[in-house]
Amino acid sequence: MSKGEIVMGALAPHPPHLVYAENPPQNEATSEGGWEELRWGYERLRDSLSEKDYDVIIVHTPHWATFVGTHFLGVEKFKSLSVDPIFPNLFRYNYDLTVDVELSKAIHDNAADSGLLVKMMENPDFRIDYGTITSCHLVNPKWDKPIVCISSNRSKFYFNSELMQANMIKLGEATRKAVEASGKRALLLSSNSLSHRHFTTEPEVPEDMSKEHVTNHNQYLWDMKMINLMKDGKTKEMIDLMPDFTEQTVAETEAGCLTWLMSALGFPDYKATVHAYGTVIGTGNAIIGWDPKKAKI
Amino acid sequence: MREDNVCKGILVPGLPHPLLCPEKNEGWQRIRDAYDKARIELEESGAEILVIYSTFWPSILGHQVQAYPEPEWTYVDEEFHDLGSIDYKFKMDPEFAELTATKCKERGLHARTVSYYGFPIDTGSIVALKLLNPDNRLPAIIVSSNMYANRAESIVLGKSIRDAIDASGKKAAAVVISALSNRLHTVEIDPKDDKIHSLKDHEWNLKFLEYLEKGRLEDVSQLSRQFHNEARVPKVVSFKPFWIMASIMGQNNLYDGNVLAYEPICGTGAAVVTLTPAEDTAGDLEYDEDDPEFYKGDREVLDFYDQPGMGPLEERDGD
Ligand SMILES: [Fe+2]
Repeated sequence: MSKGEIVMGALAPHPPHLVYAENPPQNEATSEGGWEELRWGYERLRDSLSEKDYDVIIVHTPHWATFVGTHFLGVEKFKSLSVDPIFPNLFRYNYDLTVDVELSKAIHDNAADSGLLVKMMENPDFRIDYGTITSCHLVNPKWDKPIVCISSNRSKFYFNSELMQANMIKLGEATRKAVEASGKRALLLSSNSLSHRHFTTEPEVPEDMSKEHVTNHNQYLWDMKMINLMKDGKTKEMIDLMPDFTEQTVAETEAGCLTWLMSALGFPDYKATVHAYGTVIGTGNAIIGWDPKKAKI
Repeated sequence: MREDNVCKGILVPGLPHPLLCPEKNEGWQRIRDAYDKARIELEESGAEILVIYSTFWPSILGHQVQAYPEPEWTYVDEEFHDLGSIDYKFKMDPEFAELTATKCKERGLHARTVSYYGFPIDTGSIVALKLLNPDNRLPAIIVSSNMYANRAESIVLGKSIRDAIDASGKKAAAVVISALSNRLHTVEIDPKDDKIHSLKDHEWNLKFLEYLEKGRLEDVSQLSRQFHNEARVPKVVSFKPFWIMASIMGQNNLYDGNVLAYEPICGTGAAVVTLTPAEDTAGDLEYDEDDPEFYKGDREVLDFYDQPGMGPLEERDGD
């Protein structure tokens, strides 16, 4: 068996608004569009993936929050309806997905070996979180690849950002090792926004783009700071700044997804490709790809 | 007993253990038994509707009120999925939910009802409804807990709910779903070894329970900020349940308090407490906190805004 590899890593945020705006048949709510810059960014990310062959999508999600360790989906098929608890008016999505339980278990076992607390989720009635569904849908609307879904352990709440990051770095390494040993080609997704202060009201027409902007300038500056570091291949520096960034912009990076991704990719020192930056009800969202092939050139 | 449209207040914890596996720990069983006692008190109270405020249901866009007439699902908790699935079917009161949203708007709050098949009702509400209202004898509404709301907004929310109860002409029970101290064990524990996460958490829980036992609900409400700092993992900006509860129930200390149980559940302080309007008062003290009637929107004083801005980026900053 040849060695497995990560064919690409991506920051793939999950505002349900982006699925709502696309009007796919799976979603019950319908719209007149909206958030095009971000949706076109996802289109560019999909284009960049079209030349890549991959077997599985591994997604780390903020909306499956766990407190006792990191959990992994351990059932092969899930089919149900996902209704967003915050934006039920926008997102009521019928999903039907397959899990690569073998790889899921392999990452779980590797993480356990590195000292992390882990658990397989084996209840077939479990409902998949809308973050996972949104990111996976926007990256692969055909749903023709199995996924591995990793919960976000909220050690930041119980300890601090530094401890959370230390654990996510271990989890990233465990993920990479498991992928390499599996012989599979994997696409990794960090399913999170950057700055995350929302508006607390919604326009009458949610997709009314005249109402969309970043919540405050502070958030914008911080988002640009982080994105520029990614563009310049300074991801270690970006991770060092992450606790401050997270604190200052109540960023969704608190869930650890992006730290996990950077670690799994070995802290890229090559340039990331920024496909888009835009806001969704005031939060900052970037769609960014890392192609390890670029590191080799 | 004092006549009041809110004829009972009930505090319950929301974790699923007392519903799914009370036999695994004696304390969890005592919480389960306390739920049963609270259910009997509720049945005898004359309440015609259950008004639930759940800290397990976060919202961002103002305040959401559950209005789907008969929500039905097989539910699995995202953390405690290995304890099993929970089948439920509940009875909501869409008309009362609508009235509540209207009363919220009249006081300047952003609010809406949500009525969608398959809406993910939170663990806390499911556990409370299964154990307090097993046959759906009473219709209910569930009100969300806004992530960003601080005291003024919470007090106004409570008053709006009170307005709806008074306007409906119905007797209501207010059910608040929240842990006291909320620090969970972050490692697997043997259920038999469960304990409150720290002595400090335990002492603060006891202080709150001492007040509640004496019916001093408004005092507890006034102490919420300090409790948040001392005994809460700050997952949200503030500790809101007693602001809401006191505000719905009339902002005073005129209650008979009944602490039916206090036990650890996975490290958190789980208590079942009932409050019944009474003539006697523990005394109205002098309060520090203001008493807003209307919500005037974010005034840039939320906690997040206290943090210093980053300032302009220097050239070559970060090089
Ligand atoms: Fe999110």
